[in-house]
Amino acid sequence: MSSPSKATLLAAVLLALPAVAPAAEQSFASTYRPVASGPVLIRNATVLTGSGARLDGADVLMRDGRIAGVGKGLAAGDATVVDGTGKWVTPGIIDVHSHLGVYPSPGVTAHEDGNEMTAPVTAQVWAEHSVWPQDPGFATALAGGVTSLMVLPGSANLIGGRGTVLKNVAALTVQDMKFPGAPHSLKMACGENPKRVYGSQGQSPMTRMGNLAGYRAAFIEAQAYRRAWDKYEAGPAGKGRRKAKDADQPPTRDLRLDTLAGVLRGEITVHIHCYRADEMALMLDLAKEFEFKIAAFHHGSEAYKIADRLAEAGVCAALWADWWGFKMEAYDGIQENIALVDRPDKGCAIVHSDSAEGIQRLNQEAAKVMVRGERIGLELPPERAIRWLTTNAARAIGIADQTGELAEGKMADVVVWSGNPFSVYAKAERVYLDGAWLYDINDRSKQPVSDFMLGREVAP
Amino acid sequence: MNRLLIAFAFAFALPAAAQDLLVRNATVHTAGAQGTLEGHDVLVQGGVVRAVGANLAAPAGTPVLDAKGRPLTPGLFGGLTGLGIEEVSGEPATVDGGLALGNHMPPLTGVWRPEFDVSIAFNPRSAAVAVNRVEGITFTVLAPASVPGGSFIAGQGSAVVLDGRFDAALEGSRSLFIALGSNALPLSGGSRAGQWMLLDQALSEARPSFNAGTHGLLTPAGKVAFARYLGGGRVVFQVDRAADILQALAFARRTGMRPVIAGGAEAWEVAAELKAAQVPVLLDALVNLPSSFDALGSTLQNAARLHQAGVRVAFSQGGDATHNARKIRQLAGNAVANGLPWEAALAGLTSAPADIFGLSEQRGRIEVGQVADLVLWSGDPLEVNTLAEQVWFAGKPASMRSRQTELRDRYLAPEGALPRAYSGR
Repeated sequence: MSSPSKATLLAAVLLALPAVAPAAEQSFASTYRPVASGPVLIRNATVLTGSGARLDGADVLMRDGRIAGVGKGLAAGDATVVDGTGKWVTPGIIDVHSHLGVYPSPGVTAHEDGNEMTAPVTAQVWAEHSVWPQDPGFATALAGGVTSLMVLPGSANLIGGRGTVLKNVAALTVQDMKFPGAPHSLKMACGENPKRVYGSQGQSPMTRMGNLAGYRAAFIEAQAYRRAWDKYEAGPAGKGRRKAKDADQPPTRDLRLDTLAGVLRGEITVHIHCYRADEMALMLDLAKEFEFKIAAFHHGSEAYKIADRLAEAGVCAALWADWWGFKMEAYDGIQENIALVDRPDKGCAIVHSDSAEGIQRLNQEAAKVMVRGERIGLELPPERAIRWLTTNAARAIGIADQTGELAEGKMADVVVWSGNPFSVYAKAERVYLDGAWLYDINDRSKQPVSDFMLGREVAP
Repeated sequence: MNRLLIAFAFAFALPAAAQDLLVRNATVHTAGAQGTLEGHDVLVQGGVVRAVGANLAAPAGTPVLDAKGRPLTPGLFGGLTGLGIEEVSGEPATVDGGLALGNHMPPLTGVWRPEFDVSIAFNPRSAAVAVNRVEGITFTVLAPASVPGGSFIAGQGSAVVLDGRFDAALEGSRSLFIALGSNALPLSGGSRAGQWMLLDQALSEARPSFNAGTHGLLTPAGKVAFARYLGGGRVVFQVDRAADILQALAFARRTGMRPVIAGGAEAWEVAAELKAAQVPVLLDALVNLPSSFDALGSTLQNAARLHQAGVRVAFSQGGDATHNARKIRQLAGNAVANGLPWEAALAGLTSAPADIFGLSEQRGRIEVGQVADLVLWSGDPLEVNTLAEQVWFAGKPASMRSRQTELRDRYLAPEGALPRAYSGR
């Protein structure tokens, strides 16, 4: 019934594709396997599909780890029936900006693994090599309905390294958590952080102009590196027709440039920590200069000032509901930011956390935005707002073909809420990942506990 | 009645009569003995609540507001913050929250300065004050920060009212702040045991018998300031670990200090001791992760368990408590979602902090005689999907504008022929 799901098979197919050299994505491949599960029918709930629809008194059928049906009066067949009366059902929540595992709890120096602050461009480092799967924060995020998350390096560097998309399952290794088929991502940072970290050491970048020079220098190198590999691959050695001569030797691999070339080839999604409107505009031009696509700006306190431009460029903005003022570039943050980014036709607003606390209640963060958006005349019903935590997030990290939506064939990543999730009193009662029932608020046997929390006299 | 008439006449003598108000048909959450009163009116005269009842008569000339059944609460406590003290956290020139005399080169002598009172730095014009005021936050306690180059005795702070006045400190609220546990280790020689050793040393220096010529931790002014807290002064111990909380209780008992626990991630484990000593806890109800080895016992049930045990609970944030002080409602709501009775949670934002910081005669409840700092809400004030509709200070409506509403409105409107910079103020 469970066994290798379609997801796994698809992942296997994706990973088997002849990769463009140097195909680092094959390294440290996902070994995630859905937990075995039987078919489940959630009956008579208020269903938010994640793609903009709300279905009252509807059913959700999960089978073989996939959504097998959404609608009224579905036949249960051999499925276990869960009474959804009075409950709300949404896709699993997705956080596009987390440091769980790389800055885990407890916050000890030995586990500060999120910022490789040794050079302004460290595109060679991968966040997945820092993730501590025993971070107790994964379990509390699960209790908040989070089924997928992107773990990113920090923002100390201009180019901080690769992020990784995880399924929020209790696992011994990061490979067992890696979202099958999810693209790698690149974390970049604008503004204050890189120039403070390096400028204070008398190093470049010390200024915002230094920041831009740093990105450009890195991508110029990456262009040359990519050209060298393209040439090699197009040549006889690459085609493997005859024995290579010295001149046909492959270029020396460089992990740092592998990542940046992957960006230029469109294989790696780009996520940029960037607060100010003017800086986001500069980054859009940087992307134009080097012909890559930005998936999302993160933190963007001022995204509301350029909401139309972001929508036009097809760039998402992953934002907090109410953080502001902790530094200069966050001084203009307003609580309507997400609602205003959502306003244009093609707006792609995302509620993100960047916080082990915030990730536990992204639904509440969205609720704070909804009421303030409605106050200024925007219509933000639950079926619209849930997109900020599901489909839009999935789109930004490149997994929208797999999850984020309650639609037939998608991964059965599902949350059953005690009521309307956009309330402080709502709780995720059940969470399913690929159809497997991996969290229940009322059943301790269905609540993961990190090794770290075992045997504590003080454990609650 | 006599007093009411006098107040009435007084109100008429002032043409503006801005401090008079009748709120009709509200769900009045008194945060006091009367609990919640549906369909009640609140009469304010001369800035003070004069009556709470059903169908109160409106004295002539009194502005009347129909609440249409919406909730009315006392103005909310913003927690321990740096409101008006810290403009932009990352810009040292805009932050006055902590004293670090040891960072000067050469170091200024005497980094132990309990006489430091952060409230003197309060700037009511800080953008963060209005930003939080429009969200129903009417008072806060300014807590000095323990910073590198300073001492884990952070200094003193007072409650301030956030109505924009310069002289905002509320009498009787001044407290001493002491940070304990792992956060304060760098300031206590690397051991929490050193914290008690140094506190004992300060204690002996503050005693009259101490030889004034002996070199010590405290300046003469510091000795006076510290001594003030030994006979029943309010001391806020910022501490999480259960064992450290018990040490703080013992120290306070020995010295006559009146302790308040702030943080208290593991306070629920020593709830019985806190109850016995009548010690209240200011906590962040969202803390449930073992963020440090001091807080392994963190749980979302902390507030509910303490309340159940009879400990007074109020709220204060661990995160960006200053800029996002408005988030404190969300703490209270989540505490309710995790077992704290709703009325106790509202009290944790109103009457409990007012009582804890010695303000209860004037603030914290909707009761006759209380200063009319009030908030009308669009719905349940502990919900994340509600807003403050109107805030009053002493019966006077506050402007519901802030730098953030200005930014919002500038970018909400479509851009005209001229850049948005011309959109006016």
